[in-house]
Amino acid sequence: MIGYITLIFACQLAGELLVAWLALPLPGPVAGMLILLAGLIVRGGIPPGLADVGDVLLGNFSLLFVPAGVGIMLHAGLLGAEWLPITVALIVSTLLTIAVTALIMRALAGDEGSNAP
Amino acid sequence: MTGVRDIWVYLTASPLLHLTMTLAAYQFGHVIYRRMNFNPLCNPVLIAVVCLVTVFWVSGTSYDSYFAGAQFVHFLLGPATVALALPLYRHIADVRRSAMAIGVSLIAGSLTAIGSAVLIAWALGATRNTLVSLAPKSVTAPVAMGITEKLGGLPSLTAVLVIVTGILGAMLGPMVMNAIGVRDWKARGMAMGVASHGIGTARALQVNQIAGAFSGLAMGLNAVATALLLPLLWRLFAG
Repeated sequence: MIGYITLIFACQLAGELLVAWLALPLPGPVAGMLILLAGLIVRGGIPPGLADVGDVLLGNFSLLFVPAGVGIMLHAGLLGAEWLPITVALIVSTLLTIAVTALIMRALAGDEGSNAP
Repeated sequence: MTGVRDIWVYLTASPLLHLTMTLAAYQFGHVIYRRMNFNPLCNPVLIAVVCLVTVFWVSGTSYDSYFAGAQFVHFLLGPATVALALPLYRHIADVRRSAMAIGVSLIAGSLTAIGSAVLIAWALGATRNTLVSLAPKSVTAPVAMGITEKLGGLPSLTAVLVIVTGILGAMLGPMVMNAIGVRDWKARGMAMGVASHGIGTARALQVNQIAGAFSGLAMGLNAVATALLLPLLWRLFAG
């Protein structure tokens, strides 16, 4: 288990180094994800121990956003002064982005029977 | 004899208290989420953030002293993002088959996210600082903060707007897609990842593995697309 945790950390570290070295417009962890993906493709499968560690991390993914979310405390003043443009822009833009992306993706990739109920 | 005050001072000097509070608040949010049958409106991140901010506001705790403990949870965002390679690998055949559709919907979604947010906020009178900080709101936090910094906005404000966007997408996304009749898991995942990064991906993973795989991929690709497109657009329209 420690071995697979080390592997995940090492992928992130390699990703961070690669991004800094090549000045890529990419977050280090996303580069790390691509490195791990390449490794899995070369190996041709996911070792069970890695699946266990990864599924624990991903099963609790949303917990990890809580500390950054509490940062809303820092900007109470600005958010109070400009609450109307910010609120309307966030809600309308998020809904519009979801609708546009989903409709184009469905039109081009089509339904293949893997459907929500 | 040790007074309550001394115990309090001792506790706030160690990361343990705020770490425990973070986990407990999320656990509380998750119990409600589960009780409400995973209704997206009962988003556990939102519930946890509201509880914690209320407690800190009442107790006069600063964000810095909270983050000194909570950073250990925050740190795991990186390794968890790396682990998104697992659902992606499990559905690599689906991803390959839809490569063209992924590319086109990504660019369209990315431009919609940037353009609509900036135009709406500008029309309603937001200041320049707010507009810059708002533009990369659909991208995962570390990248969004980097983009804002380059364009001269407020990175810490961007972090907050990114989280709020993620929560909004996770809460409202399923309803929007039901309303417009998109039921395909690939399209649903793609939309969640482009519009609301990791928090949308967390929701997608809870619901369906294919949606989770496409959402994680979309989140990564949109980070790249926005980092490339936004500085160009900004120079074109605001420069």
